Amino acid sequence: MLSRVADAMYWMNRYMERAENYARFMDVSFNLSLELPPHVSEQWQPLVVTTGDWELYSEKHESINKENVIYFLGFDPKNPNSIYNCIVNARENARAIRPEITKELWAQINYLYYFVKNGLEKKIWVKKDPRIYFDEIKKGCQLFWGIVDATISRTEGWHFGRIGKMLERADKTSRILDVKYHILLPTAQDIGGSIDIIQWAALLKSVSAYDMYRKLYGKLTSVGIAKFLILDNEFPRSMLLCLEHTAISLRMISGNTNGYSNQAEKEVGMLTSQLVFADINDIISSGMHEYLDKFQIDLLKVAEAISDSFFSVEKNIAKA
Amino acid sequence: MPKIDFQSYETEGFFDETFENDKIVKPHYALFIDWLQKMGLKKLNMLQHSTDRVQLSMGMTFNVYSDNQGVERILHLDIIPRIISGQDWDLLERGLKQRIYAMNLFIDDIYNDQKILKDKIIPKELILSSSSYLKQCVGLKPPKGVWVHITGTDIIRGADGSYYVLEDNLRCPSGVSYMLENREILKRTFPEVFEKLNVRPVYNYSHYLRDMLESLSPVFPASIAVLTPGTYNSAYFEHAYLAQQMGAELVEGRDLVVQDDFVYKITTKGLKRIDVIYRRVDDDFIDPEVFRADSMLGTPGLFRAYLKGNVVLINAPGTGVADDKAVYAYVPDIIKYYLGEEMLLPNIETFLCDREKERDYVIDNISKLVIKQTDASGGYGMLIGPKSTKEEQAEFIQKIKKSPRNYIAQPTINLSRVPTLSDQGIEGRHVDLRPYVLYGSDINIIPGALTRVALKKGSLVVNSSQGGGSKDTWVVDNF
Repeated sequence: MLSRVADAMYWMNRYMERAENYARFMDVSFNLSLELPPHVSEQWQPLVVTTGDWELYSEKHESINKENVIYFLGFDPKNPNSIYNCIVNARENARAIRPEITKELWAQINYLYYFVKNGLEKKIWVKKDPRIYFDEIKKGCQLFWGIVDATISRTEGWHFGRIGKMLERADKTSRILDVKYHILLPTAQDIGGSIDIIQWAALLKSVSAYDMYRKLYGKLTSVGIAKFLILDNEFPRSMLLCLEHTAISLRMISGNTNGYSNQAEKEVGMLTSQLVFADINDIISSGMHEYLDKFQIDLLKVAEAISDSFFSVEKNIAKA
Repeated sequence: MPKIDFQSYETEGFFDETFENDKIVKPHYALFIDWLQKMGLKKLNMLQHSTDRVQLSMGMTFNVYSDNQGVERILHLDIIPRIISGQDWDLLERGLKQRIYAMNLFIDDIYNDQKILKDKIIPKELILSSSSYLKQCVGLKPPKGVWVHITGTDIIRGADGSYYVLEDNLRCPSGVSYMLENREILKRTFPEVFEKLNVRPVYNYSHYLRDMLESLSPVFPASIAVLTPGTYNSAYFEHAYLAQQMGAELVEGRDLVVQDDFVYKITTKGLKRIDVIYRRVDDDFIDPEVFRADSMLGTPGLFRAYLKGNVVLINAPGTGVADDKAVYAYVPDIIKYYLGEEMLLPNIETFLCDREKERDYVIDNISKLVIKQTDASGGYGMLIGPKSTKEEQAEFIQKIKKSPRNYIAQPTINLSRVPTLSDQGIEGRHVDLRPYVLYGSDINIIPGALTRVALKKGSLVVNSSQGGGSKDTWVVDNF
């Protein structure tokens, strides 16, 4: 597969995953704001911190409010990570590799593109309740994944796509967990109180983990939720499972079955083992924020190694 | 509900493809028009609307070059088809074959023996001064002696109903994807009438194209690539479409590298050889080592690999010399010289500004003529006399006087018209016709074409960059 095509496949999937995550975050934040007791102010800042866009946001806006945040994360053409731009970028990547994907998939991306373009024109962010809109984006993304899995052959391209999706997903799961620990950390009297529970439930819902978590643990506890989102090896959005899928795809690409055959496999392998042998109590006692921060840095190294091993023209020319 | 009738449909002063002047429907259109009238305007508008949506969802869009905004547009597809009778088509086919055999022999001669110049059929200076004449191609012998593998000849129909060739387009013309996709869309729009009319099929095009490309390489199975300038090119949709339809690799210049005079694509697993390149990058840009050094669209060394016979380029570089609009005037002589035949499909009367007498005539009659720059295409660099201002005319007269070699003139032709859906209901709009011709082991013409339509009332400019749309073209035998 052309290295440019592999690169575009990776990014098309990454951007779609990002768009879906943002859409889900928005939906849940909105829900959360409805359920908070009257004396608690709406919390839109954590959302912007979660996505890692706080710096840009604070440059552009002086105040935090629902309308600004929804516009910034959902529509702002000047925010490179807004849902609008994620879809635009996914589409441009798809366009560049049009012969590698199916007609159905291309049509679905175009559907989403015209949907967000229309949303921008209709100024959805000033609407009182934009949830239907974000729900439609989420569904549109899920249909996209369904078409990917139902129509694309499991060749290199599919695996590069899955790697893009999994790395993005691991990153977003780690960030949303970090926000709850970092920013929403309740005061002593709130722990176990109604706000605390609402927030934990919202966190789970924002990564579609509520139902699966309940089934496995029953009771909502911070330790259980952290363990579920970081270390569960069956839940499709846990950080560990995302890494394991990445590792499998890398091996499918290289054909390697033992140890590692390139820098990307090495980085992913090392990070995966760290999670496989981790204990949630150690993570909490040594500092959740520090742990997640380090995870995100390691994830960046994985992404760099993948780009270097497969997308670099110079490296590929030099391969025998 | 407004019914469709053709009470107010105008046919005066033009050749109408559908109606005689007394509004009697022509036999090959009878079934379709009958059926259209039963349907009603509301339903027709609905079908048109859903067609627009299909085009958007298929990403059948292009960026307009002159537009700095890079606005994405669809090429409007008018759902009323342009129907051609089988007899007419067979005539066109014979004429096209003759023309392309001759043009191919001409190009081969120009870059090799130059017999036609030595015999003084065409002035030597005219050819050597053409900006599309590539001295790098002198002595070139492409596989099977074929230079023009893919042609998209522009044909128009004048007021007398005769077909004329307007332009030859021997440099990888675009539009064939629209011919194919328009057909797919129309089959869904009008399934019953399509079936009844027994329209000749076009779906084989991409198979024929692939076979043709493969047949040119000594390697089997040949590795085929479509070379595109990239996603910002206005014809990118087509490049991707054809690559996909053929199962070929879609590459940009930066995806390729030349080593030891062989062409390779850069993959995640190292270099892989490419044997055949259907390139949609202009001659000037394919190889910065040989042609324009500032080109970012090509691959250094590509031409070298081509000269060594290690890769096949489609079309061959250098064919543009026969697209020069001054050469066009000599096509009747070219056909006679190489084939010993009279031209079957006529040219439009053409005045070469390079000849003093003709130039004087052109300057005196500029308001009646169409002036064209000899090395331009796509509706650019031209003046339509009857629709121009005095200032525009004066500007062109200056240009002609300054470099007469670069200008030709032709009478303004009132292109034929076809019923077209507009905001005011169904009205006649001017059209041209672009069939696609493949030339590998032999010439193969697919019975279909892109009909381009000038959507603006009264307009004669059908180019997509200037407000033109398209129609599906049906060649029918049963009517």
